[in-house]
Amino acid sequence: MADDPVNPTLAPRRRDLLGMIGVMAGSTAMYMAMAEMGHAQPSPFTGPPKLSKPPAGASVLILGAGVAGMVAAMELRDAGYRVQLLEYNDRPGGRNWSLYGGDTFTELGGATQHIQFDKGLYLNPGPWRIPYHHQGILHYASRLGVGMEPFTQLNYNAYVHSTSGYGGKPRRYREIQADFQGHVAELLGKSVNQGALDQAVTREDREILMAALRYWGALDADYRYVRGMASAGRRGYATDPGGGLTGEPAPSEPDALSDILKSGLWSSLGAHSTYLVQHAIFQPKGGMGMIGKAMGAELGPLIQYNSKVVDIRQDAVGVTVTYLDSKSGGPPRTASADWCVCTIPLPVLGQIPVTVGAPLKAAIDHMAYHPSLKVGLQFKRRFWEEDDQIYGGISYTDMPNVQIAYPMSDYFSKGKGVVLGAYVSTPEAYVAAAKSPEERIQDALYWGSKIHPQYMAEYECGAAVAWHRVPWILGCASQWTEATRAAHYKNLCAMDGRIVLAGEHASYLGGWQEGAVTSAIDAITRIHQRVTEA
Amino acid sequence: MNRSFAALMLAASTPAYAAPQPMVKDGHYVMRDGAAIYANVCAACHMPNARGAAGAGAYPALGGNPRLAAAVYPIHVVIHGQKGMPAFGALLDDDQVAAVVTYVRGHFGNDYPGAVTAAEAKAER
Repeated sequence: MADDPVNPTLAPRRRDLLGMIGVMAGSTAMYMAMAEMGHAQPSPFTGPPKLSKPPAGASVLILGAGVAGMVAAMELRDAGYRVQLLEYNDRPGGRNWSLYGGDTFTELGGATQHIQFDKGLYLNPGPWRIPYHHQGILHYASRLGVGMEPFTQLNYNAYVHSTSGYGGKPRRYREIQADFQGHVAELLGKSVNQGALDQAVTREDREILMAALRYWGALDADYRYVRGMASAGRRGYATDPGGGLTGEPAPSEPDALSDILKSGLWSSLGAHSTYLVQHAIFQPKGGMGMIGKAMGAELGPLIQYNSKVVDIRQDAVGVTVTYLDSKSGGPPRTASADWCVCTIPLPVLGQIPVTVGAPLKAAIDHMAYHPSLKVGLQFKRRFWEEDDQIYGGISYTDMPNVQIAYPMSDYFSKGKGVVLGAYVSTPEAYVAAAKSPEERIQDALYWGSKIHPQYMAEYECGAAVAWHRVPWILGCASQWTEATRAAHYKNLCAMDGRIVLAGEHASYLGGWQEGAVTSAIDAITRIHQRVTEA
Repeated sequence: MNRSFAALMLAASTPAYAAPQPMVKDGHYVMRDGAAIYANVCAACHMPNARGAAGAGAYPALGGNPRLAAAVYPIHVVIHGQKGMPAFGALLDDDQVAAVVTYVRGHFGNDYPGAVTAAEAKAER
């Protein structure tokens, strides 16, 4: 019976198993799919734009002092344009933002968080890492003296966790990675030896492939992935090697392939392999917000804060923007210039009257931003280092908090640390946004304590940002599909009279700062062409 | 539940903290009744009291909203999204869409008669 490929009693079981894997893999797989949305789109940044001197008095009004707006402002100002920025917030940076102790943040609905992190500790509610190939944002950080330190994307000793696999007990990435790879190498080796791959592999290559599989999978002399010093060299030991008479190592027992498959933990293995997060990858020292702060300091009085744009009009000679001063009040004010770079997030821009053509208006209006939640948790001691030997990196779980990321600086310090207790882009992020900040923190503690039982005893204070509650964006970042990109992308990026949009939403690097940088350069280069052609 | 967690719950400003449950299974929301769907999803933007909110941009109030008079409009927006509002058609089945639209049309100061059916939701897909 078992040999019958269409055995009706077996077929549903196989379906059940695949379905189960899908469920378990869900959150991580979804994250990976999102991370890959901009995959294989290397940044075209080849250095800052070289803009010739514009005609005297040429002016550009920039809406939004985030990364895109401030890159545009720096380059245009340096070229000789008269530049003015209007910014809704009372600070520069936009999503380039870190929350420190002493900061306050009021979200839509009115909940205000008074951040109580200790000095030097922070949460990056938005972007938190910069891959080495994002040379544009790295250029501006370097130009402004913002130091970088390594971001630990892949830590072999961090956890992978499934609520149903291994009795809900977290496993080390190292073990699952080595065992999955070892078992696959063994299976492939068997296929080769049984001649099953003769169509695909020449006789000449077969021997080399067998040697490669043995090396790649840490197989023993008989091409088996089994308990022994070969597999222990990858997955770790039952007793680590040491010195003297007590130093003899003992190998550990590999997990069964079936357990790994059913647990769904294999789904975390590719998370670190995508081009966007491959090492080397960096974070600014002191928080991502250091870049926005430095750009804001560089531009100084060119940025007018607390300015809420309520109307954008253009005619044949220029652009006039009406805005409210949300701090001092008073009647609406106007700002005018020859040209306008608008970086206002699309869900907000879609609500502002703007004189643009139908194609651009349709492109602005089609876009809803994806959700995201980040929760920072300050703990009294760095128990993940002291107890678990986890130094930076990210643990993955199929629980609603999805990711736990550990501080990636000040290793071995005796002090406190802020752990990223939740980073959620799944539909659970809406559920979290519907709760109060305190409840989001409590939930992150509840889920996280199933992986780190130390949580409850060591917790001190936290911060939680659900991006659909952030007043100046209404979501986390743009999301394009093949269909929407085909319908709207070129229209979104095209100059409409004297207005051009810039920001991560006008890029193939959705949600990444490099998208903001490269789209800003692309936009101002086109403005400059129009100015100098005239 | 250990003692320190209990202490944390007592100390929390939200008096009735209940241990959370996953709300998404197989890529779909698990809540079935309209009130729970509203509280866990819609309230993220339209707020628990359905009054909406405003910053640089705004979320419209659903309470006392005349655009809910014809059920087909909120059904369509829930399934397909509109401008900054994401599409929830892939996360909610027809019964869930019907339940949440019925709930919103009958609460928060709205008193539009008639329960929305799954068939009406299906027709908008």
